[in-house]
Amino acid sequence: MQHLIPIGLNHYLTISAFLLAFGLFAVMTRKNAIVVLMGVELILNAANINFLAFSKYNGGIGGVMFSLFVIVIAAAEAAIALAIVINIFKIFKSVDISSVDTMKE
Amino acid sequence: MSNLTYTLIFYIFAAITVFSAAFVVFSRNVIYSAFALLFTFFGVAALYVFLSADFIAVTQVVVYVGGILVLLLFGVMFTKSIMNTELKSDVLHIIPGTLILAGILSALLYTFYTTHTWKPSEIELHGSIVERIGYETMSHYVLPFEMVSILLLAALIGAAFLARFDKSDNKNL
Repeated sequence: MQHLIPIGLNHYLTISAFLLAFGLFAVMTRKNAIVVLMGVELILNAANINFLAFSKYNGGIGGVMFSLFVIVIAAAEAAIALAIVINIFKIFKSVDISSVDTMKE
Repeated sequence: MSNLTYTLIFYIFAAITVFSAAFVVFSRNVIYSAFALLFTFFGVAALYVFLSADFIAVTQVVVYVGGILVLLLFGVMFTKSIMNTELKSDVLHIIPGTLILAGILSALLYTFYTTHTWKPSEIELHGSIVERIGYETMSHYVLPFEMVSILLLAALIGAAFLARFDKSDNKNL
Protein backbone atom coordinates (compact mmCIF):
# COMPACT_ATOMS: atom_id res chain seq x y z
CA MET A 1 0.00 0.00 0.00
CA GLN A 2 2.88 2.38 0.65
CA HIS A 3 3.80 2.02 -3.02
CA LEU A 4 0.40 3.23 -4.12
CA ILE A 5 -0.08 6.43 -2.14
CA PRO A 6 2.84 8.66 -3.25
CA ILE A 7 2.50 9.08 -6.99
CA GLY A 8 5.79 8.15 -8.58
CA LEU A 9 7.23 7.50 -11.99
CA ASN A 10 5.91 3.94 -12.16
CA HIS A 11 2.29 5.12 -12.04
CA TYR A 12 2.73 7.20 -15.18
CA LEU A 13 4.69 4.46 -16.91
CA THR A 14 1.89 2.00 -16.14
CA ILE A 15 -0.77 4.23 -17.69
CA SER A 16 1.45 4.78 -20.70
CA ALA A 17 2.02 1.03 -21.08
CA PHE A 18 -1.76 0.48 -21.10
CA LEU A 19 -2.28 3.16 -23.75
CA LEU A 20 0.54 1.73 -25.88
CA ALA A 21 -0.83 -1.80 -25.69
CA PHE A 22 -4.39 -0.70 -26.53
CA GLY A 23 -3.18 1.42 -29.42
CA LEU A 24 -1.12 -1.42 -30.81
CA PHE A 25 -4.11 -3.74 -30.48
CA ALA A 26 -6.27 -1.31 -32.45
CA VAL A 27 -3.64 -0.94 -35.17
CA MET A 28 -3.26 -4.70 -35.47
CA THR A 29 -6.83 -5.93 -35.34
CA ARG A 30 -9.23 -3.32 -36.68
CA LYS A 31 -10.25 -3.18 -40.32
CA ASN A 32 -11.63 0.35 -40.31
CA ALA A 33 -8.85 2.78 -41.24
CA ILE A 34 -10.15 5.50 -38.94
CA VAL A 35 -10.02 3.25 -35.89
CA VAL A 36 -6.45 2.37 -36.88
CA LEU A 37 -5.72 6.11 -36.84
CA MET A 38 -7.24 6.35 -33.37
CA GLY A 39 -4.85 3.59 -32.28
CA VAL A 40 -1.93 5.59 -33.63
CA GLU A 41 -3.09 8.61 -31.65
CA LEU A 42 -3.24 6.47 -28.50
CA ILE A 43 0.35 5.33 -29.09
CA LEU A 44 1.52 8.93 -29.55
CA ASN A 45 -0.22 9.93 -26.32
CA ALA A 46 1.51 7.07 -24.50
CA ALA A 47 4.87 8.31 -25.77
CA ASN A 48 4.00 11.83 -24.66
CA ILE A 49 3.13 10.69 -21.14
CA ASN A 50 6.49 8.94 -20.94
CA PHE A 51 8.38 12.01 -22.15
CA LEU A 52 6.66 14.28 -19.64
CA ALA A 53 7.00 11.86 -16.74
CA PHE A 54 10.73 11.39 -17.26
CA SER A 55 11.09 15.13 -17.79
CA LYS A 56 9.37 15.88 -14.48
CA TYR A 57 11.43 13.48 -12.43
CA ASN A 58 14.60 14.45 -14.26
CA GLY A 59 14.07 18.16 -13.71
CA GLY A 60 14.98 19.05 -17.27
CA ILE A 61 12.86 20.72 -19.94
CA GLY A 62 13.95 18.52 -22.86
CA GLY A 63 11.08 16.06 -22.60
CA VAL A 64 8.54 18.87 -22.44
CA MET A 65 9.87 20.42 -25.64
CA PHE A 66 9.95 17.05 -27.35
CA SER A 67 6.34 16.30 -26.42
CA LEU A 68 5.34 19.66 -27.88
CA PHE A 69 6.92 18.65 -31.18
CA VAL A 70 5.24 15.25 -30.97
CA ILE A 71 1.85 16.98 -30.72
CA VAL A 72 2.62 19.10 -33.79
CA ILE A 73 3.72 16.06 -35.80
CA ALA A 74 0.60 14.20 -34.66
CA ALA A 75 -1.59 17.01 -36.00
CA ALA A 76 0.18 16.92 -39.37
CA GLU A 77 -0.08 13.13 -39.43
CA ALA A 78 -3.81 13.15 -38.71
CA ALA A 79 -4.49 15.68 -41.47
CA ILE A 80 -2.50 13.76 -44.09
CA ALA A 81 -3.86 10.39 -43.02
CA LEU A 82 -7.46 11.53 -43.23
CA ALA A 83 -6.85 13.00 -46.66
CA ILE A 84 -5.50 9.61 -47.73
CA VAL A 85 -8.48 7.83 -46.14
CA ILE A 86 -10.90 10.07 -48.02
CA ASN A 87 -9.07 9.30 -51.26
CA ILE A 88 -9.23 5.57 -50.50
CA PHE A 89 -12.94 5.92 -49.92
CA LYS A 90 -13.35 7.72 -53.26
CA ILE A 91 -11.58 4.94 -55.13
CA PHE A 92 -12.58 1.78 -53.25
CA LYS A 93 -15.95 2.94 -51.83
CA SER A 94 -14.98 1.73 -48.37
CA VAL A 95 -12.43 2.43 -45.67
CA ASP A 96 -11.77 -1.24 -45.03
CA ILE A 97 -7.99 -1.44 -45.17
CA SER A 98 -7.96 -5.15 -45.96
CA SER A 99 -9.76 -4.42 -49.22
CA VAL A 100 -7.14 -1.92 -50.38
CA ASP A 101 -4.98 -4.26 -52.41
CA THR A 102 -4.33 -2.61 -55.77
CA MET A 103 -1.71 0.00 -56.49
CA LYS A 104 -3.35 1.22 -59.68
CA GLU A 105 -6.94 2.09 -60.47
CA MET B 1 -4.34 19.90 -0.91
CA SER B 2 -3.52 16.93 1.20
CA ASN B 3 -1.50 14.05 -0.13
CA LEU B 4 -4.40 11.61 -0.04
CA THR B 5 -6.71 13.90 -2.02
CA TYR B 6 -3.99 14.37 -4.61
CA THR B 7 -3.55 10.63 -4.91
CA LEU B 8 -7.28 10.04 -5.16
CA ILE B 9 -7.70 12.61 -7.94
CA PHE B 10 -4.75 11.08 -9.78
CA TYR B 11 -6.31 7.63 -9.64
CA ILE B 12 -9.66 8.97 -10.89
CA PHE B 13 -8.04 10.54 -13.93
CA ALA B 14 -5.88 7.48 -14.53
CA ALA B 15 -8.99 5.27 -14.47
CA ILE B 16 -10.82 7.60 -16.88
CA THR B 17 -7.87 7.50 -19.27
CA VAL B 18 -7.31 3.76 -19.23
CA PHE B 19 -10.95 2.67 -19.33
CA SER B 20 -11.95 5.08 -22.08
CA ALA B 21 -8.88 3.97 -24.08
CA ALA B 22 -10.05 0.39 -23.65
CA PHE B 23 -13.51 1.44 -24.84
CA VAL B 24 -11.97 3.09 -27.92
CA VAL B 25 -10.29 -0.16 -28.84
CA PHE B 26 -12.93 -2.72 -27.92
CA SER B 27 -16.07 -0.88 -29.03
CA ARG B 28 -17.36 -2.04 -32.39
CA ASN B 29 -19.05 1.26 -33.24
CA VAL B 30 -16.78 3.88 -34.77
CA ILE B 31 -18.77 6.84 -33.41
CA TYR B 32 -18.60 5.42 -29.88
CA SER B 33 -14.84 4.97 -30.32
CA ALA B 34 -14.44 8.59 -31.39
CA PHE B 35 -16.35 9.92 -28.41
CA ALA B 36 -14.48 7.65 -26.00
CA LEU B 37 -11.28 9.05 -27.48
CA LEU B 38 -12.48 12.48 -26.29
CA PHE B 39 -12.42 11.24 -22.69
CA THR B 40 -9.02 9.64 -23.20
CA PHE B 41 -7.55 12.92 -24.45
CA PHE B 42 -9.06 14.85 -21.53
CA GLY B 43 -7.73 12.31 -19.06
CA VAL B 44 -4.27 12.49 -20.60
CA ALA B 45 -4.42 16.31 -20.40
CA ALA B 46 -5.23 16.03 -16.70
CA LEU B 47 -2.25 13.72 -16.24
CA TYR B 48 -0.07 16.34 -17.96
CA VAL B 49 -1.21 18.84 -15.32
CA PHE B 50 -0.12 16.34 -12.65
CA LEU B 51 3.25 16.21 -14.39
CA SER B 52 3.46 20.03 -14.01
CA ALA B 53 3.37 20.48 -17.78
CA ASP B 54 0.45 22.90 -17.85
CA PHE B 55 1.26 24.36 -21.25
CA ILE B 56 1.35 20.90 -22.80
CA ALA B 57 -1.99 20.09 -21.18
CA VAL B 58 -3.63 23.16 -22.74
CA THR B 59 -2.00 22.36 -26.08
CA GLN B 60 -3.32 18.81 -25.78
CA VAL B 61 -6.89 20.06 -25.29
CA VAL B 62 -6.63 22.61 -28.12
CA VAL B 63 -4.86 20.43 -30.68
CA TYR B 64 -6.15 16.96 -29.93
CA VAL B 65 -9.71 17.64 -28.80
CA GLY B 66 -10.24 20.70 -30.96
CA GLY B 67 -8.36 19.56 -34.02
CA ILE B 68 -7.54 15.90 -34.36
CA LEU B 69 -10.74 14.55 -32.84
CA VAL B 70 -12.87 16.81 -35.04
CA LEU B 71 -10.84 15.64 -38.04
CA LEU B 72 -11.45 12.01 -37.07
CA LEU B 73 -15.18 12.63 -36.68
CA PHE B 74 -15.18 14.34 -40.08
CA GLY B 75 -13.46 11.27 -41.44
CA VAL B 76 -16.09 8.97 -39.94
CA MET B 77 -18.95 11.05 -41.27
CA PHE B 78 -17.36 11.57 -44.68
CA THR B 79 -16.77 7.94 -45.33
CA LYS B 80 -20.00 6.46 -44.01
CA SER B 81 -23.47 7.80 -44.13
CA ILE B 82 -24.25 8.40 -40.50
CA MET B 83 -27.80 7.13 -40.62
CA ASN B 84 -27.16 3.61 -41.77
CA THR B 85 -26.18 0.97 -39.29
CA GLU B 86 -23.05 -0.09 -41.13
CA LEU B 87 -20.82 1.81 -38.74
CA LYS B 88 -19.52 -1.37 -37.23
CA SER B 89 -15.90 -2.05 -37.90
CA ASP B 90 -14.78 -5.59 -38.34
CA VAL B 91 -11.95 -7.25 -36.52
CA LEU B 92 -9.24 -9.48 -37.92
CA HIS B 93 -6.26 -11.30 -36.40
CA ILE B 94 -7.98 -11.25 -33.03
CA ILE B 95 -5.85 -13.98 -31.45
CA PRO B 96 -2.40 -12.63 -32.39
CA GLY B 97 -3.65 -9.15 -31.48
CA THR B 98 -4.72 -10.28 -28.03
CA LEU B 99 -1.45 -12.14 -27.57
CA ILE B 100 0.56 -9.04 -28.45
CA LEU B 101 -1.63 -6.89 -26.19
CA ALA B 102 -1.11 -9.21 -23.22
CA GLY B 103 2.56 -9.81 -24.03
CA ILE B 104 3.58 -6.18 -24.39
CA LEU B 105 1.56 -5.11 -21.37
CA SER B 106 2.92 -7.81 -19.08
CA ALA B 107 6.49 -7.40 -20.33
CA LEU B 108 6.45 -3.65 -19.78
CA LEU B 109 4.81 -3.86 -16.36
CA TYR B 110 7.16 -6.64 -15.30
CA THR B 111 10.13 -4.52 -16.34
CA PHE B 112 8.84 -1.45 -14.56
CA TYR B 113 8.03 -3.14 -11.30
CA THR B 114 10.83 -5.66 -10.89
CA THR B 115 13.94 -3.92 -12.14
CA HIS B 116 15.79 -1.35 -10.14
CA THR B 117 13.80 1.48 -8.61
CA TRP B 118 14.02 4.80 -10.35
CA LYS B 119 16.20 7.48 -8.85
CA PRO B 120 14.44 10.82 -9.29
CA SER B 121 16.58 13.91 -9.64
CA GLU B 122 16.98 16.34 -6.76
CA ILE B 123 15.34 19.11 -8.76
CA GLU B 124 11.95 18.09 -10.09
CA LEU B 125 9.80 20.31 -12.24
CA HIS B 126 7.52 22.46 -10.12
CA GLY B 127 4.81 24.99 -10.82
CA SER B 128 4.19 26.55 -14.19
CA ILE B 129 6.69 25.98 -16.97
CA VAL B 130 5.20 28.29 -19.60
CA GLU B 131 7.95 30.87 -19.22
CA ARG B 132 10.71 28.27 -19.49
CA ILE B 133 9.09 26.79 -22.59
CA GLY B 134 9.03 30.25 -24.16
CA TYR B 135 12.71 30.87 -23.45
CA GLU B 136 13.73 27.39 -24.66
CA THR B 137 11.68 27.67 -27.85
CA MET B 138 13.36 30.90 -28.80
CA SER B 139 16.89 29.85 -27.80
CA HIS B 140 17.83 26.17 -27.87
CA TYR B 141 14.99 24.88 -29.98
CA VAL B 142 14.57 27.69 -32.49
CA LEU B 143 15.74 25.59 -35.46
CA PRO B 144 13.40 22.63 -34.74
CA PHE B 145 10.62 25.13 -34.10
CA GLU B 146 11.03 26.73 -37.52
CA MET B 147 11.43 23.36 -39.20
CA VAL B 148 8.28 22.02 -37.63
CA SER B 149 6.36 25.11 -38.71
CA ILE B 150 7.44 24.57 -42.33
CA LEU B 151 6.55 20.87 -42.03
CA LEU B 152 3.10 21.72 -40.67
CA LEU B 153 2.48 24.21 -43.48
CA ALA B 154 3.52 21.68 -46.11
CA ALA B 155 1.46 18.92 -44.52
CA LEU B 156 -1.69 21.03 -44.34
CA ILE B 157 -1.35 22.24 -47.94
CA GLY B 158 -0.74 18.64 -48.99
CA ALA B 159 -3.77 17.41 -47.06
CA ALA B 160 -6.01 20.05 -48.61
CA PHE B 161 -4.65 19.14 -52.04
CA LEU B 162 -5.20 15.41 -51.51
CA ALA B 163 -8.69 15.71 -50.09
CA ARG B 164 -10.16 18.13 -52.61
CA PHE B 165 -13.07 17.06 -54.75
CA ASP B 166 -12.67 16.34 -58.38
CA LYS B 167 -15.48 17.60 -60.55
CA SER B 168 -15.74 14.25 -62.30
CA ASP B 169 -16.55 12.09 -59.29
CA ASN B 170 -18.28 14.76 -57.27
CA LYS B 171 -21.67 13.18 -57.80
CA ASN B 172 -20.58 9.85 -56.40
CA LEU B 173 -20.25 11.15 -52.86
